[in-house]
Amino acid sequence: MNGSGRDRRPEVGPTVEEDGPSRRRGGVISRAPRWVDDRLGMSKFAESALDKVFPDHWSFMFGELAFYAFLLLLGTGVYLTFFFAPSERAVVYHGTYVPLRGVQMSEAYKSVIEISFKVKAGMVMRQMHHWAALIFLGAIVVHLCRVFFTGAFRRPREINWVIGVSLLVLGIVNGFAGYSLPDDLLSGTGLRIANAIILSIPFLGPWLGSLLFGGEFPAASILSRLYIIHVLLVPAAIAALLTAHLAILWRQKHTDFPGRDKSEDTITGSRMWPTYGMKSTGLLFAVSAFTALLGGLAQINPIWLYGPYKPAAVSAGSQPDWYMGWLDGALRMFPNVEIRVFHVTISNLFFPAVVLPGITFTMLAVWPWLEARLTHDHEPHNLLDRPRDRPVRSALGSATLAFYSILLLGSATDILATTFHLSFNTIIRMLQVAIFTVPVIVFLVVRRICRDLSAGRVRPIRQPGSAVIGRDAEGRMVVEHVDEPDSLADDDNVGADPVRPNKDIRIRTGGD
Amino acid sequence: MSGTQGRSDEARAERRVAICLGLSIVAALGLTVVYMLGGQPQAEGGLLFLALGFLALGLILWGKELLPNAPVTASRTPHESSTGAREGVGEAFARGGDRMFRRTFLVKMAALAGGSLGLAAIFPIASLGPSPGHALKRTSWARGRRLVQLDGTPVRPSDLGVDNILTVFPEGTGDDPQTQADSQVVLINIGSARQVVRKGRATWSVDGLVAYSKICTHAGCPVGLYKADGNTRPSHELLCPCHQSTFDVLDGCRPVFGPAARSLPQLPLALSPDGYLVAQSDFTEPVGPSFWNRT
Repeated sequence: MNGSGRDRRPEVGPTVEEDGPSRRRGGVISRAPRWVDDRLGMSKFAESALDKVFPDHWSFMFGELAFYAFLLLLGTGVYLTFFFAPSERAVVYHGTYVPLRGVQMSEAYKSVIEISFKVKAGMVMRQMHHWAALIFLGAIVVHLCRVFFTGAFRRPREINWVIGVSLLVLGIVNGFAGYSLPDDLLSGTGLRIANAIILSIPFLGPWLGSLLFGGEFPAASILSRLYIIHVLLVPAAIAALLTAHLAILWRQKHTDFPGRDKSEDTITGSRMWPTYGMKSTGLLFAVSAFTALLGGLAQINPIWLYGPYKPAAVSAGSQPDWYMGWLDGALRMFPNVEIRVFHVTISNLFFPAVVLPGITFTMLAVWPWLEARLTHDHEPHNLLDRPRDRPVRSALGSATLAFYSILLLGSATDILATTFHLSFNTIIRMLQVAIFTVPVIVFLVVRRICRDLSAGRVRPIRQPGSAVIGRDAEGRMVVEHVDEPDSLADDDNVGADPVRPNKDIRIRTGGD
Repeated sequence: MSGTQGRSDEARAERRVAICLGLSIVAALGLTVVYMLGGQPQAEGGLLFLALGFLALGLILWGKELLPNAPVTASRTPHESSTGAREGVGEAFARGGDRMFRRTFLVKMAALAGGSLGLAAIFPIASLGPSPGHALKRTSWARGRRLVQLDGTPVRPSDLGVDNILTVFPEGTGDDPQTQADSQVVLINIGSARQVVRKGRATWSVDGLVAYSKICTHAGCPVGLYKADGNTRPSHELLCPCHQSTFDVLDGCRPVFGPAARSLPQLPLALSPDGYLVAQSDFTEPVGPSFWNRT
């Protein structure tokens, strides 16, 4: 192992101090750690925690972003629970929002109207909560892409990859549960579709639907059940998994991009205390700031315009939140076939709404093992790949993103049709063709680009060469020794160094 | 870089951080003023953005310009434990386990006890919802039940002009959301347009009025949009706004576009002696989205 010990500060032995006044002399800052250590003996851990090194690359920020968005969700969400009433009981509205006066609605819908118009600061909190959810899931997806394209999921980090995929699933589930709570026309329609999807599961569907909803749709207990799922069950699971995610990250340390003086055995960056901690806290406030800006100025989910849920009413232009959009698009694009074998019907919904997400998240979860099997690379890795050096992986990832982007586009067919004055028919057919062709094209193009970049002249060189220049007695500079650049990168470090091949020139002055 | 240069750089950086933190304080105070004056969402959001944003900027500048930023390299410790420790775990497990697993009968009984408890736990879960039974296959329509509007008014054939539609419910079910959800029907006056009448359905319409389940056979959204003209040929179509499934009203509400795979079930209509529209019976097939044992 090389480079070891550079982060080890000289061990400071326990300072022995006499009892008495000297013990009280230090400020709180010095007394508090001692108080804790007397009881828990955590000084060694605390020291390593303060000294912990985090890489500085910008792409490592997205996981933190997701974490901070989750904290925001907790904060704003707890505030909302003080005002929200998860009840289907029918009431009549007599509040400040004139267009809805005298309208019969559920207590849940009424409480969200009150949060929006009556509770001071309620509107900002509610909109911040919704925006933070969109940011949370967005950050998770970008974080997942970063981890995928750089190969950070490889051994020994497979467990954290699987936890991350679980967090994504939980995030999507909780997002859906959350925007279903206000019991407005849009969310009620979403729940109706969710119920239909559950019904579509062969053999179990009717039972599962009844157990989850408490009867036939729209059974009277769905809101209170969604509520406890949304505010307790799923957030607790997310918090637990997030803790494990961070603890494992702490234990394994971050991955690091290859580069000068980088190695599998070292990690380079800033220390937790104070530089990294300061910048990361800055990021927390920056995320909060932008969420506040969106929450204050950008209207989101204006349920007072949709009206309360009525089973026989519906509005055109119904789109789910973006992270559900790919599923909605899949529902729209799937051909209208229904399988009937003997007396068993397999609903058309089952394939795009149950099988597709099942395959999606299973493939994601097992990817580290799948890739290791395909590449026969079972070695542990701390240094990351540059995406260009793994053309097939990068191409596969891009093609997958293209596939889901087209599905997402599919959820907007009605918007596209009215915007571009095309018929639904044309748009659906175009997307149905695109879903099979575009990912293939993306795969071929990205693989080509990666191969060219990787093989081309822009290929960086791992270790720059160096020259030793000496100066003779007359003061002339002479080259004494040249180390050729190490351009033959081995397998682990293909094109590893993003540093330009500038020569490292050391000047030795002669004469002493 | 000389020493004095560095010091004045630091002083400038410190001033910048102080200005950011100062602006954050001002914005936060502004926020309290806005709140006390009665609150205003846009102002609250904007000021919160400024308060948090300047705080963020201040801290990031502080971190970038005033704190040690030279890259630090630390060593990684290997993830795996030493061979000795690994073997130690195996030995410790075996030491205790051998004594325990020797009693194979007890081990089996313990497994059985766990399994039985698991089985018993299913029953409280079953309380979460009634057995689906036939609920999914039936609606509240029945022989002679009048068609009423949302407000309970019964419908006469003359209430609906040609090419108009009306959402109707079975009479006497009130505001029950479950009934509204599975028994909603769209009543359409197709006038004299010729329709393809399916076998056995010749007597299901009254004076050009036909009634179909309003629940999409795809994912259950109300099929709420009706188009009674057409650019190229006359068409009478119901469209589901959720996933754009389209049903041809003149052809038994057969799906002609979109993901829906089945026709909308038709409600057989009749006229009561006092001239109101009534149902001849319940639907003859389950309404709404498919489930495995619907047939």
